[in-house]
Amino acid sequence: MSATTFDGADTRPISHRHSLHRQRVWALWGSYTALGVFVVLFLVPPFYMLMTSLKSSAEISAQKGNPWIVHHPTLANFWYLITYPNFQTYYLNTVIVTVLTVVLSMTIAILAAFSLARMGFWGSQTLATGVFLTYLIPASLLFLPLFRVVGFIGLINSYWCLVLLYPTLAVPFCTWIMIGYFSSIPKELDEAALIDGAGYLQMLFRIFIPVAMPGIIAATIFAFTISWGAFLYPLAYLYTSNQMVLTVGIVSDLIRGDVFEWGKIMAANVLASLPPILIYAFLMDYYVAGLTAGATKG
Amino acid sequence: MADGTSVPVGVMTSGAAARPRGSMKQFAQRRSTIAFCLCLPLILLVAGFVVYPALYAIYLSMLNKKMTAFVGLSNFAFLLKRHTFQLVIFQSCLFAITAVVFKALIGFILAHLMHNIPGKNQRIWRGLLLVPWVIPLALSTLTWWWMFDPSYSALNWVLERLGFDGVPWLGVGWIARFCTITVNVWYGTPFFMIMYLAALKSVPEQLYEAAAIDGAGSIQKLFFVTIPMMRNIIAITVLFSLIVTFADFDIVRILTSGGPEDMTHVFATYAFQVGIQSGDIPLGASDSLFMFPILAFAAFFVLRGVTRRSKEIAA
Repeated sequence: MSATTFDGADTRPISHRHSLHRQRVWALWGSYTALGVFVVLFLVPPFYMLMTSLKSSAEISAQKGNPWIVHHPTLANFWYLITYPNFQTYYLNTVIVTVLTVVLSMTIAILAAFSLARMGFWGSQTLATGVFLTYLIPASLLFLPLFRVVGFIGLINSYWCLVLLYPTLAVPFCTWIMIGYFSSIPKELDEAALIDGAGYLQMLFRIFIPVAMPGIIAATIFAFTISWGAFLYPLAYLYTSNQMVLTVGIVSDLIRGDVFEWGKIMAANVLASLPPILIYAFLMDYYVAGLTAGATKG
Repeated sequence: MADGTSVPVGVMTSGAAARPRGSMKQFAQRRSTIAFCLCLPLILLVAGFVVYPALYAIYLSMLNKKMTAFVGLSNFAFLLKRHTFQLVIFQSCLFAITAVVFKALIGFILAHLMHNIPGKNQRIWRGLLLVPWVIPLALSTLTWWWMFDPSYSALNWVLERLGFDGVPWLGVGWIARFCTITVNVWYGTPFFMIMYLAALKSVPEQLYEAAAIDGAGSIQKLFFVTIPMMRNIIAITVLFSLIVTFADFDIVRILTSGGPEDMTHVFATYAFQVGIQSGDIPLGASDSLFMFPILAFAAFFVLRGVTRRSKEIAA
């Protein structure tokens, strides 16, 4: 363990073992305490989000007592949102856009990664590097020219433009993850498949996709996260509430002028954050593995 | 598209007996054609929605506001002379560099703390620490805004209980700058933590044992074993975070919209204000193009790391 020191070893040889053990226990409890402090600090905003979402508007504006705890919990904010047609639309739009984005991104990424990792063609190395370099052209540089492009296609104020644009944010990294996983599959496996008369697509579906399933899960979660939480493109291209997605809908619909209905805003935040939190709760290990696999190899 | 090309290879190898050399070449050709077709969706996507708009941005930036006349570089010259834009450059660099330094430091400390505790407990702690990163940034920034709210600030309530005065969080330029950076550090630290934790786990235990036998203390182990072994991953993580932080839009847009007195504007939010809200797309495009030289500088280093890894894959 890197945190243990050997300083006391020379001066007190008899108590060596004992002090080493004690230092180790101290380091362990020190680590737990420090981690506990960080966890509390990190969880302050989500906690306050949850508390506010359970408060009535009257309780928020009364400003009496401790704002960090809820005195008269109520589900009125959640009920209001669930029955609020605009919020239902935002949720539905977000789900549609996210599902389509994930399917589209994963199809593109898997096909390309299979080709780049295994088959190769003239310039495929350059392409693999080039795809990665698209991260150097961020969305905040592209959204203005894309405003003209989207206008030209006729998709301004339509959530379909997001289905076209979100994959550009997700595909490069998904491709990169998949290249890593596909490359780790032994070459003997596809040679055997070729000898048995399998075509390339059969090889992809029968061997590569099942074997690289952890990578596919990681890449899918990544694409999901990107399209569920993206904010800039919908803010720039959508302006009527029947087309909006959750992030923009909450910011622009529930904040009207100077009237902030914080209880409802926070309840909407909770509802909108639930799907990502649930997905991470169950599949976090895959995601972390996928994310770090690439980096630790380099 | 690809279905037509998935003819079983067995069909081709039947002809191979007659003309082994020629069909080998044919096989390779066919193989690379299929490979190219599989990459085609990716190429079209990147070309259509990344490369083309990027080039189009350069063209747009040289037009006048109504996009009727070519004005050369005068948009860039105009921006550089504006006081607001000078603030934007300063705040963007301050925001990105400060936030990345703090994220890297806290992430490093957290990764070490995590590495100290037994493996079976790490999962739950990691899960709790990843929460900031899981909630969509736009939504958690709204929560921060609510905590900073001038009249209802829950943070000020705590400060007042502790005997301090309330702070006008988003009302004063430098405090607002501090707030935007805080939110970014809160959001981005978990990413550094998991990357560094993975790197720590990949350092062989024997190196520490060897260092201990040589009489190295924990500080020496940190500087002569841990950090050199993690150098690559630290560089890549920092550079990527630098790119993402530099291009950040959500936090500043929601928290302050650039205010007070344009002191918190970054390139992205200023481009949005000029390009979408004021309708001057060329000026906004030239504003966001200022990001490129800085990102290209980072690109040089990333590219070095990436090619090193590509070679490893090929090997």
